[in-house]
Amino acid sequence: MKLELKGITKQFPGVLANDNVNLSVAEGEIVALLGENGAGKSTLMNILYGLYTPTSGEVLIDDKPLELHSPGDAIAAGIGMVHQHFMLVPVFTVAENVILGDEPTKRIGWLDARRARKMVKEISGRYSLDVDPDAIIEDLPVGIEQRVEIIKVLAREARFVVFDEPTSVLTPTEVEGFFEIVAGLKADGKGIIFISHKLGEALEIADRIVIMRRGKTVAEVLPEEVDEEKLAELMVGRPVDLVVHREKAKPADVVLSVENLVVLDDRTQRAVDGLSFEVRAGEIVGIAGVQGNGQTELVESLTGLRTSLGGVVRLNGEDITTKSPRAIHKRNVAHVPEDRQRSGLVLPFTVTENIVLDSYYEAPVSRGVQMNWGAARDRAVRLVEEYDVRTPSVDVLVSTLSGGNQQKVIVAREFDRDVALVIASQPTRGIDVGSIEYIHSRIVQERDNQSAVLIVSSELDEILALSDRILVMFEGKIAGEFDSSATPTEIGLAMLGSQGGLEAS
Amino acid sequence: MPNWYARITGVGSSLRQALVIPALALLSALVIAAFIIAVTDVDTLPIWGTDPGEAFRLTIGGIGDAYKALFVGSFGSVRAITETLFAATPLIFAGLAVAVGFQAGLFNIGVNGQMHIGGMAALWVGFSIAAPAIIHIPLAILAAIAGGALWGGIAGLLRARTGAHEVITTIMLNFIALFLVDYLLKTTVFQQPGRNDPISQKAASTAEFPTLIGDYRVQIGFLIALAAVGAVWWLMYRSTIGFEFRAVGSNPDGGKYAGINVAWIYVTVMAVSGALGGIAGANQILGLEPYRGISNFAGTIGFDAIALALLGRSHPVGVLFAGLLFGALRAGGREMQGAAGIPIDLVLVVQALVIVFIAAPSLVRAIYRIKTPEQEGGTTFSKGWGA
Repeated sequence: MKLELKGITKQFPGVLANDNVNLSVAEGEIVALLGENGAGKSTLMNILYGLYTPTSGEVLIDDKPLELHSPGDAIAAGIGMVHQHFMLVPVFTVAENVILGDEPTKRIGWLDARRARKMVKEISGRYSLDVDPDAIIEDLPVGIEQRVEIIKVLAREARFVVFDEPTSVLTPTEVEGFFEIVAGLKADGKGIIFISHKLGEALEIADRIVIMRRGKTVAEVLPEEVDEEKLAELMVGRPVDLVVHREKAKPADVVLSVENLVVLDDRTQRAVDGLSFEVRAGEIVGIAGVQGNGQTELVESLTGLRTSLGGVVRLNGEDITTKSPRAIHKRNVAHVPEDRQRSGLVLPFTVTENIVLDSYYEAPVSRGVQMNWGAARDRAVRLVEEYDVRTPSVDVLVSTLSGGNQQKVIVAREFDRDVALVIASQPTRGIDVGSIEYIHSRIVQERDNQSAVLIVSSELDEILALSDRILVMFEGKIAGEFDSSATPTEIGLAMLGSQGGLEAS
Repeated sequence: MPNWYARITGVGSSLRQALVIPALALLSALVIAAFIIAVTDVDTLPIWGTDPGEAFRLTIGGIGDAYKALFVGSFGSVRAITETLFAATPLIFAGLAVAVGFQAGLFNIGVNGQMHIGGMAALWVGFSIAAPAIIHIPLAILAAIAGGALWGGIAGLLRARTGAHEVITTIMLNFIALFLVDYLLKTTVFQQPGRNDPISQKAASTAEFPTLIGDYRVQIGFLIALAAVGAVWWLMYRSTIGFEFRAVGSNPDGGKYAGINVAWIYVTVMAVSGALGGIAGANQILGLEPYRGISNFAGTIGFDAIALALLGRSHPVGVLFAGLLFGALRAGGREMQGAAGIPIDLVLVVQALVIVFIAAPSLVRAIYRIKTPEQEGGTTFSKGWGA
């Protein structure tokens, strides 16, 4: 059995998304497809899954061309896909989700619930997935939800399984569990395509690594032939410095001090539960943790976007606990928000308008009640140049820029001041290696200029690369403090809380 | 992302799109309206069975006559043009009111109520004080602005303080205003002495909006509307508060992040929107015969304004042209009724059809085979209101 994509070309108006791409996977083989955002991986997979029709080229199984016009065709051909964003109905049980779209029925349309549950149990047992068919999806941790997606694919008798960025939502421990599952699938003769931008993972589990860049397959390598540096170079097209170079930190005075902070989330649960820590000028403190352990609420509270229930936040000794976002911004706090599209940018606005988004009321950008768009534009032109934002002009809508360039717009806007404190949440999520490199170096530069820096990230690699001190957050509390020499395993354990073993949950 | 225009229409912002879709929507609406003229022509319908050729000729002739009358009545003479401008005046104010709301992410369905309150305030100034026109008219307009801003501001305050959706509160405030007007018209303060029905005293002649050309009805309100177009343009695109309006309108979370007091913006936007509605109300009392307050004097203008703001893409200049178009339909519709015997209601059908096509640009694109713009802007109502 062999699945093959042969000479796939996909032309969108103005963009050649795939240019004569070849990719094959045999049964019992794991192929990693590496590439930056925008390299054409998603387009290729959408073609494989019947969502796009290629401009030219064909998909073959055992040299027989397939007619793929819908996901239904792909499923019928034995191709399954586990998407990055799970497509599950939160209020349904595992079994109900698994059968959704392909419901086993008895006569006159009765749903055969028992058969569905049996099927889930059987598959779960065979691949040691350990999933309860009667659990409600919304009660399950992300790692288990992913397994439900895998069961869905297997229940439809897929022989080839595509995983789209499967580890981006998982904790280090969950990643290990996931790799075991993939190994089990491989042993059972499934052909696996593993899409990722994480180099280490590709090296760890793939039998073969295919690298895409700008719509083309630029290289096909065996993991034993290469290392991460080499892979990164192939992916980006130039040598990449994966290590963030920085001198040892020289911490000075305390800039941010947080004492017994308590913050409620939207469901009025204590998301931040009596947190205390300090950040000094000239050091980078990284907050690691699985998403949803109160990091979002912590950052919102520090930046004035969410009122806290208790505790004190001080900036250079001044109590800013109840200050507004603007008052905090005026005290030279730079905030790179977690979700650039939801809150960091106004997407239907131009680059210029976004550059002045939180300083539009200050001279020279405003003259009293009137905007001075000339001055605003001048600043945008200068910052676009200074921060290497790739844009045709400062007058285009920011929504037309790539994720990396959007993020650079935010970084430029926030850092273009005499910054006392940087609060950066997921500063490089979902952006290309080149932009990551650049933004990391800027953050280190801010530290070297004696700013205090607080980084919140669910990417452990990022925390390790940048932080002088690492705090691990678990269920609203600090579950551990490490210095920059800590190993991922130590931190990974702390990320699962004091109990130490929530068994891959 | 409650940028209402984008949400309702899913259209991006390039100029070509800005013009193409409304133009094609209007064309489509006129074609369908022609079809309606044909099938409602009871004199010709029976002839189709006996003499289809003659029936076809009569039908085409009828449609031709109707549209010719529509054009003649709106642009065919000086009188027709002034009537178009006259009819467009309140529509432009009201359309601007809705457009300002749209741009700031608020759906002001309450222009009707704001017109009533603003109009009554202007009326009261109109008959209760004596002053030369140069003072009297500005005072009356200021009163209208205050009344409309108050009525709109209430909805803004409710949204800011309690989260009550402005769509609901403004509709309710419309009813309150409507019946408040009926009540006020029967109080001794407003009612015309010697009358029993709800009709007010006549405004002083110094408060009447002077006409612009001879005895044609178009009056100074049209010039004020032009000034309002400029003022709204400045407000939205040149002032800092307009920047806040648009930021909050396009992305409330982004606005909050940028340090904008979103709740305060909601109140301000609704007050500005209501103020424009208030001027429209003043125009309906001080700008035309009989210069008195009567029951429901705002009519359907406050609702037509929603259509107008959509057609004008919530841009003040777009609203101006949409207002002129709707004004022309009104003025021409009367001629069409008189000369071609087509009920003026057909104009409402055309208006409604324009909106259907504007609100469903994918329909227009499908009919005219226009390519979908290469951008993700397809956010439509299906994504839900609450987000």
